Amino acid sequence: MTLYDLSIEEAHRLLKNKEITSRELTQAVLDRIAAAEGRIDAFLTVTAEEALAQAAAADRSIAAGQCGPLNGIPVALKDVICTRGVRTTCGSKILSSFIPPYDATVVSRLKRAGAVIVGKLNMDEFAMGSSTENSGFKITRNPWDLTRIPGGSSGGSAAAVAAGMCLGALGSDTGGSIRQPASHCGVVGIKPTYGRVSRYGLVAYASSLDQIGPLTRSVADAALVLKGIAGHDPADSTSVPLAVPDYTAALGVGIKGARIGIPREYAASEGLDPEVLAAVEGAVRTLKSLGAECVDISLPHTKYAVAVYYVIAPCEASSNLARYDGVKYGFRADDGADLIHMYRRTRSQGFGAEVQRRIIIGTYCLSAGYYDAYYGKASQVRTLIVEDFKKAFEVCDVIACPTAPTPAFRIGEKIDDPLTMYLSDIFTISANLAGIPALSVPCGFSAAGLPIGLQLLGTHFGEESILRVAHHFEQAKGLFKKRPVLSFTC
Amino acid sequence: MKITKEEVLHVAHLARLEIGESAVERFAGQIGDILAYVDQLKQVDTAGVRPTSHALALTNAFRDDVENQHLPREESLANAPQQEDGNFLVPKVVG
Repeated sequence: MTLYDLSIEEAHRLLKNKEITSRELTQAVLDRIAAAEGRIDAFLTVTAEEALAQAAAADRSIAAGQCGPLNGIPVALKDVICTRGVRTTCGSKILSSFIPPYDATVVSRLKRAGAVIVGKLNMDEFAMGSSTENSGFKITRNPWDLTRIPGGSSGGSAAAVAAGMCLGALGSDTGGSIRQPASHCGVVGIKPTYGRVSRYGLVAYASSLDQIGPLTRSVADAALVLKGIAGHDPADSTSVPLAVPDYTAALGVGIKGARIGIPREYAASEGLDPEVLAAVEGAVRTLKSLGAECVDISLPHTKYAVAVYYVIAPCEASSNLARYDGVKYGFRADDGADLIHMYRRTRSQGFGAEVQRRIIIGTYCLSAGYYDAYYGKASQVRTLIVEDFKKAFEVCDVIACPTAPTPAFRIGEKIDDPLTMYLSDIFTISANLAGIPALSVPCGFSAAGLPIGLQLLGTHFGEESILRVAHHFEQAKGLFKKRPVLSFTC
Repeated sequence: MKITKEEVLHVAHLARLEIGESAVERFAGQIGDILAYVDQLKQVDTAGVRPTSHALALTNAFRDDVENQHLPREESLANAPQQEDGNFLVPKVVG
């Protein structure tokens, strides 16, 4: 039995039956990190000592009869999520020494549930990117092919879960940053409904789009972690005061009669790889064989989603990132003669190219004379995208489409062409604009052996429906049992 | 939509960024490409369409105005690049 490859569900059962301890499990994961990190480069910080202490505490509470589903389970966090006393960099040099004085709400909830936090994961700087190449620290590699990107911006999270360096991870998703890397690394990733999970302690990128969610090796695991982190939080005024359903119980219901919407625009999308299209069409046939019905739907405005996003997200980012000024925390350039020079040098030396590019675009689009033409117009087209989904969900329960237009591309392939990089989010962005939940579940492999993801989108607070469809699909295909073969062992 | 080097420098100043000579040209080209792509939004008829700033119809969330714990001064200052006498220290602001 390879402990680090267990699902959360299996590990929980073994912990509960006292067949293993959390210390053994955590040590196996830490050993795996030590063996794999040199090739994968998924972690920015490994908190081995704290993790073993948390594991020992979990073992004591399990011995005392407290065995919640996450108690004693080793997980890791994208480094955009604040951890009290543990460095949180956002993948940026400007925060390379930042030690948060508080835990994000999701971290408090995981700790309260007994989860063991093994470290902080690499990401594109401030979550801006689709390949994790924009990290200010290092490039994470895809466990299925070390010459390829793991996706982004939660690339460290997806790679770590795929490579057995944690049993589950949290990521954040502003335009696809959980789902696209999940798709590229052959794991499950869910972006919950906007407002389902507290953003308190999530370093802000684009506040009307950001949402935290789990990456795991199975849909059932995603349901467990989501249940653990979701729910209203008075510290986040955009979190919604609704009861959180039992997502695990929702998986038990079959999908006979479920109406799956197939957007007619997507199959003809420019840049959609034929292998991805074939895998997704195969997935739809599997859903039909499970009793689901397919419905033809139209989302005519989603072709504008990337353009809308690359106005709205940089606008919000230019405002959110104004706080990095070298005064209260983070890096300060030491040669500023006066305050304005200090600000400018600090920000130019502290931020990488993509972050500076988006700050300039956002500042430009919000500046006098351009606001209506860019931000105003994009916000109106956003309304049309929201309305497309409303209409579609009148005739279907869940929408199915690809997660990413291609399998993982090569490291360096798109880094000098930001616009081409942006287009890798073409299928994921509209869910953030509309605030609806969406997940990626592995649905096949390319001829070269790279994972392909099926994306399922649901109605606001309809996580149960997409999880249920994904779970039955996953069980039917059995793909989640396939793991990347790494040329080293531990 | 083309963006000139001067515009990039002006906007960078507004955003308190200092862009080097070699980067300005590259940024102007890349940002011009992105804005040209974004210009396709002009094709969409949005007459009378309300803008969306948040996907959920959220209203202000209020709480009772009660005294609360806050971050102690030492912890608030702990990450400051420079501090003095319990305050954040910054370079000279006025001459």
